[in-house]
Amino acid sequence: MITKRIIPCLDVRDGRVVKGINFEGLRDVSSPVELAKFYSECGADELVFYDITASSDGRKLFTDILCETAANVFIPLTVGGGINTVADFDRVLKCGADKVSVNSGAIRNPKLIYEAAKLYGDQCVVLSADIKRVDGVFRIFAKGGRENTGIEAIDWIKHCVNNGAGEIVVNSIDTDGVKQGFDLEMLEKVCDAVSVPVIASGGAGKIQDFITLFNTLPKVDAGLAASIFHFGEVKIADLKQEMHKAGIPTRL
Amino acid sequence: MIAIVDYGVGNLFSLKSSFAAIGAEVTVTDDSEVLRKADKIILPGVGAFEDAAKKLRDSGLDTVIKELAAEGKPLMGICLGMQLLFDKSYEYGEHEGLGLIKGSVKSISDVIPADLKIPHIGWNPLLFRNGNNPLFRYINEGDCVYFVHSYYACDCDESVIAVSEYGAELTAAVADKNVYGCQFHPEKSGKTGLAILKAFVDMKEEDLC
Repeated sequence: MITKRIIPCLDVRDGRVVKGINFEGLRDVSSPVELAKFYSECGADELVFYDITASSDGRKLFTDILCETAANVFIPLTVGGGINTVADFDRVLKCGADKVSVNSGAIRNPKLIYEAAKLYGDQCVVLSADIKRVDGVFRIFAKGGRENTGIEAIDWIKHCVNNGAGEIVVNSIDTDGVKQGFDLEMLEKVCDAVSVPVIASGGAGKIQDFITLFNTLPKVDAGLAASIFHFGEVKIADLKQEMHKAGIPTRL
Repeated sequence: MIAIVDYGVGNLFSLKSSFAAIGAEVTVTDDSEVLRKADKIILPGVGAFEDAAKKLRDSGLDTVIKELAAEGKPLMGICLGMQLLFDKSYEYGEHEGLGLIKGSVKSISDVIPADLKIPHIGWNPLLFRNGNNPLFRYINEGDCVYFVHSYYACDCDESVIAVSEYGAELTAAVADKNVYGCQFHPEKSGKTGLAILKAFVDMKEEDLC
């Protein structure tokens, strides 16, 4: 029985983790390598590195830290941010990434998912979708959730899966940062529409939110969060113990 | 020294790093002389069976690997590298493998319920079979490892040392004397994966049965 995955997401700018991170016993709280090791030891099932760098110098720093992380952390690594071309896939895969997540790049370049999937396999291509309700319709947003593309979300996700996206991260802008639980309504719609793994993102505030997620929607494969893990509001080891107690298949 | 066979399939960075992390001397090579001198050999692989089998043949390394395996040198195939150890695969047609382990490779869609997703991706517990193989001496039954695959090894009951449950029992690891195979990725399976690699590195002649 495959276990439900818990995935912390690290935002990286110029090779450093941004957002205040507060952990006892960490030498360097903004070192992606140190944090990745820490999370791996706590039982994280996978890590997402999101590159929010704008400059090419920053890109280089990002790939350097990615290589260093991959040399020290032996769980699956997914990389997102600034992925617009197949060359971007190549750049991060060479540094030890296992999967690459595309968002705005797939909207700008409609062939990107197809081309990348053909080269590296579906399992390597993750579609990250930022979704918000607009007049009762799920719409895809671009540019970090600032711009309404007008694209209907479920159709878009199906289209991307048909082109070779092997996994979907559903990030609900409506629940993101609210900490009142995942967007179960949105996630259910996506789960019903596709047969590839679905990762829930946006809205987790406490352990119970993950348990509700997996109990209500057994088709969801993973839960992703950032600040609640970084600030220690939810400790991954505790979360996994509680999931296990609740009868959810969990890697302890 | 551990030699990882480089025949142009996939990225070997994580695999090499994982051996380094457990303190093993490791090299990535396409040189048959280096393979001959190595204590143990790792046959990696990702992608499609036909393409990988062809690359292995074209490089001439298939003959070297078969010869060294026959001499008793410990060899471990990982993921597609494990599938290549078998007689043949039915991935898009019918293709010959190295024939070092009896059995064949077929689509998991033949055996799992239609509502389960393919590929089989994620962390799944290992269930030991045919006793407790020395490859698992540093781990416990039920420890999870990381899988990414759409095909699985079958008709190989005698050599199966572990399975995972995914709508059916899928072959997770095999062993036949000095030839080992893991369907999962030990280099992506955290502490459990490193402990399996360490057990392979530490393996002595009397463990190969």
